[in-house]
Amino acid sequence: MYRSELISRLSDGFIVTLQLLGWSMLIATVLGTLLAAMRVSPIAPLRAVGVSYVNIFRNTPLVVLFLIAVVGLPELGLLTGSFFWRAVTALSLYTAAFVCEVLRSGINTVQAGQAEAARAIGLTFGQTLRLVVLPQAFRNVIPPLASVYIALTKNTSVASAFGILDLTYQLSDLIEDFPGSLYWNFFSIAACYILIVAVISGAAALFERRVGVSR
Amino acid sequence: MAASNEPDVLSTGMQAAVGEPLVQMQNVNKSFGSLHVLQDINLSVQRGEVVVVIGPSGSGKSTLCRTINRLEPIDSGTITLDGQPLPAEGRALARLRADVGMVFQAFNLFAHKTVLDNVTLGPIRARGVKKAEAESLAMELLERVGVADQARKYPAALSGGQQQRVAIARALAMRPKVMLFDEPTSALDPEMINEVLDVMTSLAKDGMTMIVITHEMGFARRAAHRVVFMDAGRIVEQAVPEDFFTNAKSERAQDFLSKILTH
Repeated sequence: MYRSELISRLSDGFIVTLQLLGWSMLIATVLGTLLAAMRVSPIAPLRAVGVSYVNIFRNTPLVVLFLIAVVGLPELGLLTGSFFWRAVTALSLYTAAFVCEVLRSGINTVQAGQAEAARAIGLTFGQTLRLVVLPQAFRNVIPPLASVYIALTKNTSVASAFGILDLTYQLSDLIEDFPGSLYWNFFSIAACYILIVAVISGAAALFERRVGVSR
Repeated sequence: MAASNEPDVLSTGMQAAVGEPLVQMQNVNKSFGSLHVLQDINLSVQRGEVVVVIGPSGSGKSTLCRTINRLEPIDSGTITLDGQPLPAEGRALARLRADVGMVFQAFNLFAHKTVLDNVTLGPIRARGVKKAEAESLAMELLERVGVADQARKYPAALSGGQQQRVAIARALAMRPKVMLFDEPTSALDPEMINEVLDVMTSLAKDGMTMIVITHEMGFARRAAHRVVFMDAGRIVEQAVPEDFFTNAKSERAQDFLSKILTH
């Protein structure tokens, strides 16, 4: 009885956590890349927007962002989608600030001559960034970027406090329903998180080796 | 804009030195902070002309070279290319830069792209040339500069001399009106300098308009139509190579030549 219940709740929570993670990772990466591009752009107002974004979202506690996205904005008639998407919004906006900063440091490691050569053959600023600078910047920041994604994995657990049925939510449920199996509850949930994190670090290591060869 | 169908891929510059100059700089001034690196520069380069710019380091020759495709904006004066003034940063400038080939001291090949992709990137992305067409032109150019067998490798796997020849092919792939060389051999080991200079000499023979910043006096004697001597941000003297090397007029040039020609 306990075992089948544990497995079913674990797999339910695992899928929800993966969905939170997957969507937030995708949106944060796209948004973070755009923000990083703004921060290195020659247009001052764009840079200012990038700087302000990072200052606001990196310095706000994640729980506060969740409160704003899940409770505050819907109160004002904004962001009235499902709780799941409100949670993804909070996670994505928060993580994008970190992706932006990691990527910006990566952009700074790409030699200025690379961008000059790209401009010299007639590429526009956007093409230079997209085709020459960013691909190299990403390669240079694989380890810190993996750390950002691992932090995001753990941050998805905050969603459990806002009615999202993720792994952590299932844990508190399991503790309530099966207080006698406390250690099993903890260890099995922990194993699920460890699995996700291991996949992220493994993928990062693999990717780093592959692009390492091509340089 | 499609690439033209000239039979010789290397000779895009035309020989006829008639009409207005291809590159014209008038009263160009440029400062980095309090350092006045270009002072009232007047220089015009005709089609098919090879101009070698020499001078001590810090004399402003690299900056001069970089202002011609506006990698370095100028503070005052005008620069025209084929009669057109350089536009401000944006698409028009990108189009104009596509017509100006540039070869850097540090090669600056795109590290994450193969040799072939380095050469095709510009034609495909800036000119809209089809991939197959861009690749066949690229292979032809890589053949010309002698590195066709390296086409699938990444730049880091090539020697400095090979990388610089790829960089020349990359610039030529845009079928430029003029080629700028910013100390193309200064970062090379001595035994690799010649393979790059040979390519440049053959380009010059084919009638390419070239502005070359270099310390290679042999190349200047052999390939240049005109030597421009710069010092402290000014053009001090210009002459045909033979006159300049045997009979420099300014004291500064004589001093410079005595230092570099006697070692």
